[in-house]
Formats: sequence, structure tokens, C-alpha cells
Amino acid sequence: MVNNVARLEAKSLELWYGKFQALRGISLVIPQNQVTAIIGPSGCGKSSLLRCFNRMNDLIPGSSVKGQVLFDGRNIYAANIDPTEVRYRIGMVFQKPNPFPKTIFENVAFGPRVNSFIGDLEEIVERALHRAALWDEVKDRLYKSAMQLSGGQQQRLCIARALALEPEVILMDEPCSALDPVATLKIEDLMKSLAENYTIVIVTHNMQQAARVSDMAAFMMMEEDRAGVLVEYGSTSKLFTNPKDKRTEDYITGRFG
Amino acid sequence: MKNGSAFQRHLRVRQITGYINGTLFFLATLTGIIVLIVLIADVFKDSVGWLDWQFITSYPSRKPQEAGLLSAMFGTLWVMALTALFSFPVGIGTAIYLEEYAPDSRLRRLIQTNINNLAGVPSIVYGLLGLALFVQALSLGRSVLAGALTLTLMSLPVIIIAAQEAIRSVPESYRLGAFALGSTRWQVVRHIVLPNAVPGILTGTILAMSRAIGEAAPMIAISALVYLTFIPVSPMDRFTVLPIQIFNWVSRPQEGFWHLAAAGIIVLLFVLLTMNAAAIVLRNRFQKRTEE
Ligand SMILES: Nc1ncnc2c1ncn2[C@@H]1O[C@H](COP(=O)(O)OP(=O)(O)OP(=O)(O)O)[C@@H](O)[C@H]1O
Ligand SMILES: [Mg+2]
Repeated sequence: MVNNVARLEAKSLELWYGKFQALRGISLVIPQNQVTAIIGPSGCGKSSLLRCFNRMNDLIPGSSVKGQVLFDGRNIYAANIDPTEVRYRIGMVFQKPNPFPKTIFENVAFGPRVNSFIGDLEEIVERALHRAALWDEVKDRLYKSAMQLSGGQQQRLCIARALALEPEVILMDEPCSALDPVATLKIEDLMKSLAENYTIVIVTHNMQQAARVSDMAAFMMMEEDRAGVLVEYGSTSKLFTNPKDKRTEDYITGRFG
Repeated sequence: MKNGSAFQRHLRVRQITGYINGTLFFLATLTGIIVLIVLIADVFKDSVGWLDWQFITSYPSRKPQEAGLLSAMFGTLWVMALTALFSFPVGIGTAIYLEEYAPDSRLRRLIQTNINNLAGVPSIVYGLLGLALFVQALSLGRSVLAGALTLTLMSLPVIIIAAQEAIRSVPESYRLGAFALGSTRWQVVRHIVLPNAVPGILTGTILAMSRAIGEAAPMIAISALVYLTFIPVSPMDRFTVLPIQIFNWVSRPQEGFWHLAAAGIIVLLFVLLTMNAAAIVLRNRFQKRTEE
């Protein structure tokens, strides 16, 4: 169970949006083929941290990053690294489902297409949809608009879309926040099975979910100036049963605030 | 209702207020429509018996019975085609640059303010600019090309603003989704932004074109000529356009020419409505395509 191959590593990571510091001194190692959960109160910088891992913060005007994020030992913020390459190796699923207004097929084929995939597109689309547990529900309407799917189906489509690129790491920002319990369980099962081949980082507000699916858990909080810091990080079982920090304990037992 | 509640509901009054306002707005709408109907009816009445095949296929003439708008119609088509050719790529390119590429700097804001102001400059000013710049300084003469370039300058701000609005209305979440899949900025523009913005861009640009087609002022400054008995065959030929021809006929003393002007207006309206219809058809087609 314990696997210590580091896939992603943040080293003294700091993030600013203009003059506002959103992250301070974040250092953590994300192990390969495991599910790592990031938890913490609203606004503490969980999404911001996640976006640091695939350089999506670059797209926010005025943002700046200090420190390092090592991906297989290489700093993805080094000058010679192209963020586009980082993004197709580290996939992302957003909090709100955001399918493109295209057909279901075109949604999944989008990543392979823009990255000049030359193999069998139909096969890769089918495989991604199977993995995202969506195939049976959409196989008869692959060429219909993705906008007609239900919220939960759209979210699984977005997961399939990310999987089609065969990324090495998948970042998920509260992927179940718009879903009912059944769809949530489907996605949780999915995460667990994906962890066999991929490294997964999820942000969640749901303590039970973090406890159910993750191997590692990170608890974040805001400091006085609202900058997010990492309070505690370790294996999920330890963090939930035997937290070292008083603040972590308060938060996971619901005494926070 | 006097049971101490802080909410005095006054439902009756609120409904009457709503009803009165609805009626007022309906009357306001009616004003515009009635004026338009009266105008069109009047023009139609004047043109009866004059709008025929001979009118469409003849050159202008001193005698109202023999006069037609062949040269003006072809001039308008020429100028429009070239204007579209120049202004679409430049306008849409500018909009894409400003919305998708340009960093939010003082320079960008300066350019934006300028474009917004240019959209409000009276068309005659563009005519005079075109006269000085294209006709004289660049020695293009009073050619189709000079006319088209002038109308290009005039339409550009409107096209840019319309295209920018269309681009801005594409949800940011689509862009982020595409970036997260390893798209380059250009791929995001090409595969996500443009397909979703095309309906809006088309509507805006075609409306800008129809405005340009009806402009007499800048074209009078450029062309000046109304008595043209040939069809332009190259961009360097002299030309006249429908609004100039109509304007000329209206200002003649003989009554026959007034009927010609009315018939000319019908033709111009027809061209305009065709273009607007084309805009709607294109928009609907693209909208269907992106929703499928
Ligand atoms: N694009 C942005 N520009 C400026 N400030 C931002 C931006 N995005 C986030 N922030 C700020 O950064 C801080 C952290 O935001 P972030 O979205 O990372 O929090 P979060 O932990 O994901 O919260 P939630 O659980 O509510 O999603 C907040 O104070 C937020 O206001
Ligand atoms: Mg968040």
C-alpha cells in the first residue's frame, strides 16, 4: 500500500494574485499511483494549489509563483518548460462540469486532436468513456451534443476527456460537488480504479469522501492575512484518526470555526 | 392586513403599475413601426410603374424614362465585396488579438478607447479622410479601391467591437477546459473561441456592412461622379453607388427622377434586407452546428 515514489513535489511554493498572497510556504510530496486529497475551509487556497500543479494559474492575469513544483524531478516552472506540455501530462477536471458545446465524441477526441494524435481516435474515445464509466450511457448518442447530458454525466465526460490524453497525473477540483450520491459513488469508484495507473490529486469539502477514497491527505488553512498554508500532511488514516495538529482535529471533527 | 407585518403588499397597485408600463412600452414600439410602414408605403407608391427590368439594366440618362441604375448597382456590389474582403480579416483579427492575446496594459486600454471613439465618428469625416489619403496621397484616384478602403476604415471599429463582444461571450470555462487539455493559445482560439463566436461575429459584421452600403456621404466625397455609363471591371475603375445615384435623382427638379429615386430606394432596401437575411441564416446555421 505504501508507495514512496514521488510524482509531484511542491517546494516552498508561494502564489500571489497581484499583491494578495494566496499560498505561503507549501511543501509536500505527492506519491505515484495514489489518491491524495486536499481538504480545508473555503478560500484557503486548495484550488489555487491544484492549479499550480499544471500551471493553470499562468492564465490568470497578475498571478505569480515562487518556489518549485517538481514533476518527476524536473521543475515545471523552469524557464525552458512549456506549460502546454505540462498540461497534457497533468490533466485537470474542474469543479463545475465544463463540456465543450460539441458532440460527446468531439469532447473526448479534443485532447488527442489538439495534440496531433495519429492513432485510432474512435478506439481512444471508447476506452476513455469506458474508464469514466460513461460508455453504456452514451454509446448510442456519441454524435449528439454533450450539453444535453445530465450534470453527473457531464462531469464523467470531463473525466473521460482528461483520460483520453493518458495523462500521468489527474487533478480534480471538487469533482463531485454538483453530483447526487449515486453519481458521487460512481466517481469515487472511478478514482480508486484510476489510481492503479494514474496519480490522482483531489480537492474535496467532503470529509467522508476524503476518508473513503484517498491514501494521503493534506489539510490547509488560511493565516491571518488569508494566505493559505499547509497545516498537516500524511496518510489519510493517520490524519483522520490521529491528527497531530489541534487545528486539523477541530476541522475534521466539525468543531472548526 | 394590518396585523403588524412590515410588508404592505399593495398587490393591486403593483399590478396596475405593471400594466400601465407595459402599455407605454407597447406604444413606444408602435411609433417606430408605424413610421417605418408609412415611409415604405410612400416609397412604394412613388415607384409604381418605374421599378422594372429596364430600370435595373440601364445606365443613367438625362431622360427619366430611359434612366436606370445598372452602373450604381454594380458599383455598390464591387465596393461591398472589396470592403468585406478587407474589413473582415482585419476586424476579426484585431478583435481576436485584443481579447485573446493582448495583455491588459495601458496600451491595450488606449487602443480600445480609440476604437470605441472611432465607431462614433460621422461618416463624412471618413469620406474626407479617404479623399485625402487614398484618392490623393496614395494616388488611387476616385476608384472602386479608394471607395472600398474608405468604407473599410469606417466599418472597422464597428466590426471590431461586434467581434469582441461575440468573443467575450464565449464562457471562460471552455477556454480553461481546452488549455487544461494541452491546447496552445491558437488552438483554443481556433477550436473553441471562434466556432462559438462565429454567429455573433457574422451578425455584427454583416450589420456593419449593411450600414456601409447605405452611406452616401463618404462615397460622395470619394466618387463625386454620378453620370457613369459603364460598369467597373477592375478595382481601379471609377464608380458610383446606389446612395449617390438616389441622392442625385432626388435633387433633380423633374418629377420623373423622383420616381426613379423611389425605385432606387426599393432596390437598396432589397439589397439590405437580403444581407440581413443572410446574416440571420448564417447565424442560425452556425448555432445549430455548435449545439449539435
Ligand atoms: N483569479 C483570482 N484572482 C484573485 N484572487 C483569487 C483568484 N482565485 C482565487 N483567489 C483568491 O485566492 C484565495 C484562495 O482561493 P481558492 O479558490 O484557491 O480557494 P479554495 O480553497 O479552492 O476555496 P473553495 O473551497 O471555496 O473552492 C481566495 O482568497 C480567493 O479569493
Ligand atoms: Mg476551490
